[in-house]
Amino acid sequence: MTDALLALLDGAFGSSYAILSATLVRATPLLLLGLAVTLAFRAGVLNIGAEGQLIVGAIAASAVALGLDALPRPVLVAAMAVAGAAAGASWAGIAAVLRRRFGVLEVISTIMLNFIALALVGWMVRGPLQEPTHVYPQSPTFASQAHWPFLIPGQRLHLGFALGIGLAIGAWAWLAFTASGLRVRLVGAGARAAASAGGIDVARTTFGMFLLSGALAGLAGASEVGGVTFALYEGLSPGYGYTAIAVALLARLDPRWVIASAILFGALEAGAAAMQRDAGVPSVVVQVFVALTVLVVLAATQLGAESRARAAIARAEEA
Amino acid sequence: MEAILVPFLQATIRTATPLAFAALGEQVAERAGVIFLGLEGAIIAGCLGALVASGLAGPVAGFAGGIGAGMLLTAVFALFVVRLRTDQIIAGTAVTMLGLGLTGALYRGLFGTGGAALGTPTVAPIALPGLSQIPVMGPTLFHQPLPTYGLYLLVPALAWWIRRTHAGLALRATGEHAEAAAAAGIAPARVRLAALAFTGAMGGLCGATLVLAQVGTFSEGMSAGRGFIAIAIVVLGRWSVWGTAGASLLFGGAFALQYLFQAAGLALPYQLFTAFPYVLTLLLLALQRGRSAAPAELGRS
Repeated sequence: MTDALLALLDGAFGSSYAILSATLVRATPLLLLGLAVTLAFRAGVLNIGAEGQLIVGAIAASAVALGLDALPRPVLVAAMAVAGAAAGASWAGIAAVLRRRFGVLEVISTIMLNFIALALVGWMVRGPLQEPTHVYPQSPTFASQAHWPFLIPGQRLHLGFALGIGLAIGAWAWLAFTASGLRVRLVGAGARAAASAGGIDVARTTFGMFLLSGALAGLAGASEVGGVTFALYEGLSPGYGYTAIAVALLARLDPRWVIASAILFGALEAGAAAMQRDAGVPSVVVQVFVALTVLVVLAATQLGAESRARAAIARAEEA
Repeated sequence: MEAILVPFLQATIRTATPLAFAALGEQVAERAGVIFLGLEGAIIAGCLGALVASGLAGPVAGFAGGIGAGMLLTAVFALFVVRLRTDQIIAGTAVTMLGLGLTGALYRGLFGTGGAALGTPTVAPIALPGLSQIPVMGPTLFHQPLPTYGLYLLVPALAWWIRRTHAGLALRATGEHAEAAAAAGIAPARVRLAALAFTGAMGGLCGATLVLAQVGTFSEGMSAGRGFIAIAIVVLGRWSVWGTAGASLLFGGAFALQYLFQAAGLALPYQLFTAFPYVLTLLLLALQRGRSAAPAELGRS
């Protein structure tokens, strides 16, 4: 038990390499996906499909990286990011249209789309994007122009992390200080009141947030293939899209706190990998921890709200 | 023709059986106003519970173990949603993650990190004397493993129970108008706990059927989204028992299509068939339009 814990801590924070090449690298997709989930939930969109949106983002970015490798590096990297975001937004768009036009619960549709995305990547790495020898279920390795730049020499931390930090701060400022951000907050706080008292087009706002959420998740996919694997694989994500729900909830849906929360879960993923390697404890226990985190946050939020309500009633009765 | 049709229909019933258990369980929770997204977790818990218990004490214990494991995991959800009144969607998602993670960790803990496939004997199909002789229908409907016969009894019994008994009325009242039900002397919290106990048992039975009547082993994530498909089936069945049973058959057919196409020797990528049931779900949900038949209290904590 102590061995396992020490291996976990060592793997997550034991050296500058552990921090800059393991923990923060794992935190990168969680940061982008955590933002995706946060923005969706803030607008009352229950997007459980970040996993699928990440996968199609990775497919699109890989197609661009392999097909346009004559482009200069900065252009190619930007094209990969745009392709990933666009693919993620389109994938989320299917669920958004189903919700808006056909009243299909997005919880169900996004989960179905996750399974379809898994089948799609399984076909891609054995079909159109398979490496030339047709032996392994993966794409060829990208040319070096398609590799996203590392941030620190000798470490694996890449551009995607910087993008994630920038987007988190940007998302926070947007929600806090702009009119359109205020509309999103109002819709999330109560759709009916926002429509009747605020004159807000709720359907349009949630539709837009659904696409934005998908774009961020797709960008996470592009960042994984461009900054970490340099090729398309089937098992690209060990369920980052589901961990992202815990990341967002632990951050209380505040984009600034998503940064800290993503780093915490990134450390856990990195530490768990080390723990499996050094102490033989299966890394799936991370999933258990993620689930327990969600449940604890849920219970704490609920109990906190109830005790505040009781205190308010007590004050009102005294007055 | 019969040479293709009979295996296809047999596979349809075989695949539909666990789906129908899960969907009927979910339907009961939803009729009480609770949407249970942890069903996928209850199913995978049922899979592992069935494998472990049948390895210890045989197939009957296996089914009991699966049902028990499904109920145990669902109890966590019930605690959060009925007692603490937290958000149902998020609590359900967390319970699914908990189920998938716990079973994976336990399986590797119990049977080694290599995850070497551990087999358990499956229960053999039973041919009902006489009935199984009917052409086409006989071998498809009446040459099935025991759980399928259990399902044939469960569907009419559940339909009758919900429609005709006092307890069934209490269930529907809780789902349609919890406050009015409470005013009439029904305790909504107790109704929901009882409903979720049944749902957990059915989720566990779905997992046990998968392991003990079909696959004969456990693998991580073997529930493969059946819990979520079952939730979609309830919507497609418009929250009625017979509708849910019919929609389960439809999905059994969608999964069984892969065998048919394989037999036909079509050179299409197999991922097309893997994705087919999920695509079908989306299409059918879109065609259904609106949720007018949904219990009014569904999702309210």
